[in-house]
Amino acid sequence: MARKILEVNEMSAGFFVNKEILKATDRISFSVEEGQTLCIVGESGSGKSVTSLAVMRLIDYAGGMILEGDIKFNGEILSEKDQDEMRSIRGNQIAMIFQDPMSSLNPVFTVGEQIAESLRLHQRKSPKDAMKMAIDLLREVGIPSPEVRARQYPHELSGGMCQRVVIAIALACRPELLIADEPTTALDVTVQAQILDLLQQLQRETGMSIVLITHDMGVAAEVADRIVVMYAGGIMEEGSVEEIFSKPSHPYTVGLLKSIPGFEAKTEEDLYTIKGNIPRINQLPGGCRFHPRCPHAMDICRREEPGFFQLGNDHKAACWLFEEHSDESPLSPRINIGSQGEVTV
Amino acid sequence: MSRQLSNETLIEVKHIKKYFPIKKGLLSRVVGQVKAVDDISLEIKKGETFGLVGESGCGKSTLGRVILRLQSATEGQVVYNGEDIHSLGSGKLRDLRQDLQIIFQDPFGSLNPRFRVSDVIGEPLKVHTNMSGKDIDARVVELMELVGLDASRRNRYPHEFSGGQRQRIGIARAIALNPKFIVADEAVSALDVSVQSQVLNLLAKLQRELGLTFLFIAHGLNVVRHISDRVGVMYLGKLAEVGPTEELYNKPLHPYSAALLSSIPKPNPALKRERIILKGDVPSPANPPSGCRFHPRCPLAQDRCKAEEPLLREVLPGRQVACHFPLLEEGDLQRMASGRLG
Repeated sequence: MARKILEVNEMSAGFFVNKEILKATDRISFSVEEGQTLCIVGESGSGKSVTSLAVMRLIDYAGGMILEGDIKFNGEILSEKDQDEMRSIRGNQIAMIFQDPMSSLNPVFTVGEQIAESLRLHQRKSPKDAMKMAIDLLREVGIPSPEVRARQYPHELSGGMCQRVVIAIALACRPELLIADEPTTALDVTVQAQILDLLQQLQRETGMSIVLITHDMGVAAEVADRIVVMYAGGIMEEGSVEEIFSKPSHPYTVGLLKSIPGFEAKTEEDLYTIKGNIPRINQLPGGCRFHPRCPHAMDICRREEPGFFQLGNDHKAACWLFEEHSDESPLSPRINIGSQGEVTV
Repeated sequence: MSRQLSNETLIEVKHIKKYFPIKKGLLSRVVGQVKAVDDISLEIKKGETFGLVGESGCGKSTLGRVILRLQSATEGQVVYNGEDIHSLGSGKLRDLRQDLQIIFQDPFGSLNPRFRVSDVIGEPLKVHTNMSGKDIDARVVELMELVGLDASRRNRYPHEFSGGQRQRIGIARAIALNPKFIVADEAVSALDVSVQSQVLNLLAKLQRELGLTFLFIAHGLNVVRHISDRVGVMYLGKLAEVGPTEELYNKPLHPYSAALLSSIPKPNPALKRERIILKGDVPSPANPPSGCRFHPRCPLAQDRCKAEEPLLREVLPGRQVACHFPLLEEGDLQRMASGRLG
């Protein structure tokens, strides 16, 4: 088995609002192996971005904190480090790409200077060497005539180009782990395809691990090795990409897949919907956090929060339907997706 | 949907153009033009949903607004009920607005935060009808129930509602006057998947019950496939292809449509099929390429494409395409994916 590069154990992170603690993630655990791509999938408010901020320890600057649990990176416990130590890791061993490429670049520096900055900081390169490496990096991420582009400012580049620059900055110090928070959400589909392709190609070349955060099940299916499905701050289901898409088990995952419109030919029927709305994190229901919207909710779901039940070698779901003795339940424990993608319960 | 599609044309767009001037300098001299919509003609049939797809900046929203005359056209006509919307006087236009409505993208920015929900939904009734306050209130309750909102919350303000609920408020406002035609401009793009499917079902239900005609503008290709009867693909202010939804999605004729469709990520890891990855970005509409506007990015471009602009023409029954070399034969798609020329 490959080495685990990132391990998150029972981690809760949250914010202080009006002297109250708002838990944005609730005792979540997952790990990433070397060279692997893990996708964290969830809708808005599911806590996926907070997870990435916590791993980077950037949550401290966003007015939040890690409340419990730990985060291990290469055997080192990140959650106990101070910000000075983190500064030498961030951008060096762990790099991050944000959602909006336009606003994550500094408008008053040329893109070349911004790439060179992390090389000068972390690798103590001279300004001249750093700039030369920056131009090579721009070439590597597929920007035509990089010598010219390196002297341009972010506003002179298109959205897709800016995202390539952000990727170049992230890759400058050859990180072992890349965290990409919705890297293609702000981009058009044809550019999205280019960027996803680029990330996969760079991963093959450098062997880095990627944590990709997305709300798009389609993106996850294309790039992920493993998938973690989050809902309202908790992990609902985790497994390999094949398992999650061939045997989605948690009612939330199933609902999410079934609500994707137009994946197959237009049908005469209405789209499947998950009733209700995503709860606010300060108004989470008791028991299973999904039960008010779940079509299969049972008594126990209202009372007690489910732990994980193992569904296969590499597949687990937090749902009472999969408790050992659930054979009597009228529902078959597996909900299948056919080869054409249609979901049958 | 068991709707009968009639052959009656509800709206006919004839050679519509919308240019935005680029002004520079002290005297605001016009130094160029952004051709946001450049000579587009299309027909929307009564009771159908016409989907308009394209990447950002292709002019799809501008076209939607010009059709409703929320922006004036530079040239061309939009014919509704035998009259050109763009040459109507202001009084007649105001009457016509009852028939033509719009649902906006941003459920946060399109509702006045100082209005109660009952005022937001009731405003069109106040403007266009002589209904009494009591009647308006009754109609607001009826509308809120129709779109699946709790009518007892009508005296609250928009910020107290979630994104999906706000979009329902926007829909209730749009249908308040029993319109014939609604432009839905990215109406579900800002919503999460689970909420998006609720709103899509609502739009389909309203269409069935009220006999509405939709122009559904979206960049989400899956959403358009689900809801539309016919689809138009736009690129840089021009229509690249128009056709019935399923035919177009199964067998795109324009290389751009083919590339666009192949780049949708599919929620099934077993279906990782060959993607056609286009080179480069969408060019600026202020300075579009010569000939076919897609030629610098087209893997199948030939000399003729650089020189001569292809016109939208019908190549198969009901299917129009603006390309000199449409993908008519089997194997054309594979040829494109591998990037080889014919």
